[in-house]
Amino acid sequence: MIILWTDALIFVLISVITFVVFSLRKKQHFVRPWQKVSQNRTALVSLVFLLCFLFVGVLDSVHFKPSDGLNKEVISLLDYWASPLREHQEKSYSAPFSVYAYSKELIATEHGASVWGYPRLKYAGSHLKDVIAEKTSDILLKAFIGFIKGTSIIVLIFGGYHFLRKLPLGSNKAVNTVFSALLFLLAGSYMLIDLSSFYHVMGTDKVGEDVFYQAIKSIRTGLVIGTLTTLIMLPLAVLFGILAGFFRGWVDDVIQYIYTTLNSIPGVLLIAASILMVQVYMANHQEQFTSLVARADMRLLFLCLILGVTSWTGLCRLLRAETLKLREMEYVQAARALGVPRYMILYRHILPNVMHIVLISIVLDFSALVLAEAVLSYVNIGVDPTTYSWGNMINGARLEMARDPIVWWSLLASFIFMFSLVLAANLFADAVRDAFDPRRKPS
Amino acid sequence: MTQPLLSVENLQLSFADESVIKGISFTINPGETFALVGESGSGKSLAALSVLRLQPTQATLQADAIQLGDIDILRTPESELCQVRGQRIAMIFQDPMSSLNPVMTIGQQIAETIQLHFDLIREQCTQKVLLLLEQVGIPDAARRISEYPHQLSGGQRQRVMIAIALAGDPDLLIADEPTTALDVTIQAQILELLKDIQKQTGMALWLISHDLALVSNMADRVAVMQSGKIVENADNKSIFKQPKHRYTQTLLNALPNIHHQAEQKEANTTDLLKVIDFKVYYPIRKGLFKRTVDHVRAVDGVNFTLAEGQTLALVGESGCGKTTLGKGLLSLIPSTAGRVDFQGIDLSTLSREQLRIQRAAMQIVFQDPFAAMNPRLYVLDIIAEGMRTLHADLKLEEIIEQVTELLNQVGLDESALYRYPHEFSGGQRQRICIARALAVKPKLIVCDEPTSALDVSVQKQIIDLLKSLQKSQGISYLFITHDLAVVAEIADQVAVMYEGKIVEQGSVDQVLRNAEHPYTQKLLSAVPILQC
Repeated sequence: MIILWTDALIFVLISVITFVVFSLRKKQHFVRPWQKVSQNRTALVSLVFLLCFLFVGVLDSVHFKPSDGLNKEVISLLDYWASPLREHQEKSYSAPFSVYAYSKELIATEHGASVWGYPRLKYAGSHLKDVIAEKTSDILLKAFIGFIKGTSIIVLIFGGYHFLRKLPLGSNKAVNTVFSALLFLLAGSYMLIDLSSFYHVMGTDKVGEDVFYQAIKSIRTGLVIGTLTTLIMLPLAVLFGILAGFFRGWVDDVIQYIYTTLNSIPGVLLIAASILMVQVYMANHQEQFTSLVARADMRLLFLCLILGVTSWTGLCRLLRAETLKLREMEYVQAARALGVPRYMILYRHILPNVMHIVLISIVLDFSALVLAEAVLSYVNIGVDPTTYSWGNMINGARLEMARDPIVWWSLLASFIFMFSLVLAANLFADAVRDAFDPRRKPS
Repeated sequence: MTQPLLSVENLQLSFADESVIKGISFTINPGETFALVGESGSGKSLAALSVLRLQPTQATLQADAIQLGDIDILRTPESELCQVRGQRIAMIFQDPMSSLNPVMTIGQQIAETIQLHFDLIREQCTQKVLLLLEQVGIPDAARRISEYPHQLSGGQRQRVMIAIALAGDPDLLIADEPTTALDVTIQAQILELLKDIQKQTGMALWLISHDLALVSNMADRVAVMQSGKIVENADNKSIFKQPKHRYTQTLLNALPNIHHQAEQKEANTTDLLKVIDFKVYYPIRKGLFKRTVDHVRAVDGVNFTLAEGQTLALVGESGCGKTTLGKGLLSLIPSTAGRVDFQGIDLSTLSREQLRIQRAAMQIVFQDPFAAMNPRLYVLDIIAEGMRTLHADLKLEEIIEQVTELLNQVGLDESALYRYPHEFSGGQRQRICIARALAVKPKLIVCDEPTSALDVSVQKQIIDLLKSLQKSQGISYLFITHDLAVVAEIADQVAVMYEGKIVEQGSVDQVLRNAEHPYTQKLLSAVPILQC
């Protein structure tokens, strides 16, 4: 097993979250809002989606060198399980579910003559004898089998859960919602899994790689950029923001000076500079970065770092303004009259009351960062070209869209995945914010 | 009998699941002053909006009839109704600051209304604006016409609002708590102005207020509203002399009385708090390097002493520095000069850590109980905060026990422990704030207008609570207020503040009955007193 830097950070993050949840699971303040979240159907469905994305991301973060493989490439657990997807590489473009290539070329017939036409694909639909007669029914059959597999697993777990807990079926609304979402997801993914071993469900790209595989692999990149960057940016923004707002005076002056200066340097310039620095460093220390994966990973990590450093100023400014307002609130003054130490006031009165801003901007930033990555790839300072990312896919789609006939599936695939991740994150964060606001009545 | 100007029959207003106005009927005759009185949340403002069909969009309005002269308001299309609003009925609101557009001059804002209703060329329009400004008593109108709202004082802003309302020559002026946000002396002026204008133009005035004393001075007829119903509707004399409904009687009884005779307490000679030449200045900084060019003298050399178990009322209008003084004493605001001796210790000699502990014996209760509690903490944690700070080793069970006891003292029970502040009414929240202050066993509580955000009946309860706590625990109060009637109810000593200085000081009897300083006399004469 090989642990890359970002892998390690993801594991640390997940274990910290698990630990926090575990240690707070008995505290009234935390349990009650989450119970409220569990009554919100949209939030639950979004959570299931997010956890699914996270699951794929984690699978994709367990890297190892296959012992039986001929080549010494580092692959992840996801790659291992999706081997057919990874290995079924065609020559060039092909449309979703197509068994023919997307452009004509000379085909040698059995009789030795050559014909100008659409050649059959090497893998997609190669099991079919009579394409015209069998293809539609074959796709439907495979989809149906996948659907049955997914459904039966869910039904089994659903029944088992109720049997073990001795609950009457369908008695708990939250459980019902979770299982319906899971049913939808699992039936859908089993259909896709079953189909994708025989077809390219989202087509192939220029070099014949399966687009569905690329989109799945991009999940990890999206999550890493979204979460790690936020993680770097958050402490800076929150700490500096509330310190500046609360203490004012010279503390405020210094912090304002820092973020104004930082803000006036073009972000792209900083990012380009730091990415170049990393590349130079890696070129000088080749012995530390032996594999392609390690190099790409280092670049991804540095991208997160520099994006975090450049993007905390906005949130910091917001928090400073909010703290300036809060510190004059009468409950803060009452706390001062009671002799509560200042760090306790910050922790107990200021921080919880700015959390809604933090939560909203985390989610907005998360979406923005996933998109920013696409823009950065455009000017070639984004993630490594060998790293799968929605940004790289969109960047590639730029030329494909100008092509005639148009190649639309790369863009669509990355759009669907990006859209569902960002939407789920948004809806979930909305519900969480509402649940943690005690002034809101449960509706 | 004359035709009524406005007649409303069985007006109902309901939001999705609760009805707010439950069928009220009343009439307003031309030229008379009709007052609708009630506590907050009784639906009196919504009634006024509904008559203009300006009710909130999510509310449903039902009525048998709303008749304004010959116009049936219920059946008039919205486009024509716009002409009715402003030209037949005009309205002024409580807060003159938020009712005026801060980026337009007052002249523009008045002219806007005139042009909506009359076809006038520009010069005529300006003439009319000047006329209106003079009518509402704004001096030097020609210069003031091009000023912005922030350049005017609160009273002047309300005058401008009245000018805007008068611009359409209305038959009926609805005044929704027109003076609640203003000082007593200004309030007296504005009410005088409304009376004058009514005499000149013969329009009817519909006054909405929670202040019974004020209403008794102004209205011809009074309707008392309680939770969406009019419980009593009669002319001025009979309602204040022989209130028939029980609710009206409760309201009248709850009214603080300026002639209240304070019960004599034993004179206590131990000084708890001694303030000598206390000053709080705010620097005015200008220029690139924020050089201090001048000071705002918020508190300018104040001397007083407060004995143990006594109440000193600090009276003054807004901006006179009374709140600054209160916060300055507790070192919540840095003071510029002066000496504060508390229990014989000079607070300025203490280190920061000593001050933090010492300060727990001095507590503060704020005006607005909505802003005074962290909305994200349980009541338990809010009250326990001070105890936890002073005694870090307390166990949770001990804290809960003590907090429950405190809640009982202020008239709440332990069901409040695990609830959030927003689940309580204004009066209950103020009780929680008092409990929080009591939690650290203070010797002195600075009460900064603790009742002015509350209804009269609740105000009485809070004052009674404060009195009984004083009796049982011997706490001293520094009671900051603008309401002289409340002073008579609670205080032993009074200090009158004006522009950062104490201009008159003495026992309640002495100051309220034989005021010497002209400012105190002016203040006393402006207080509306129940006429019966």
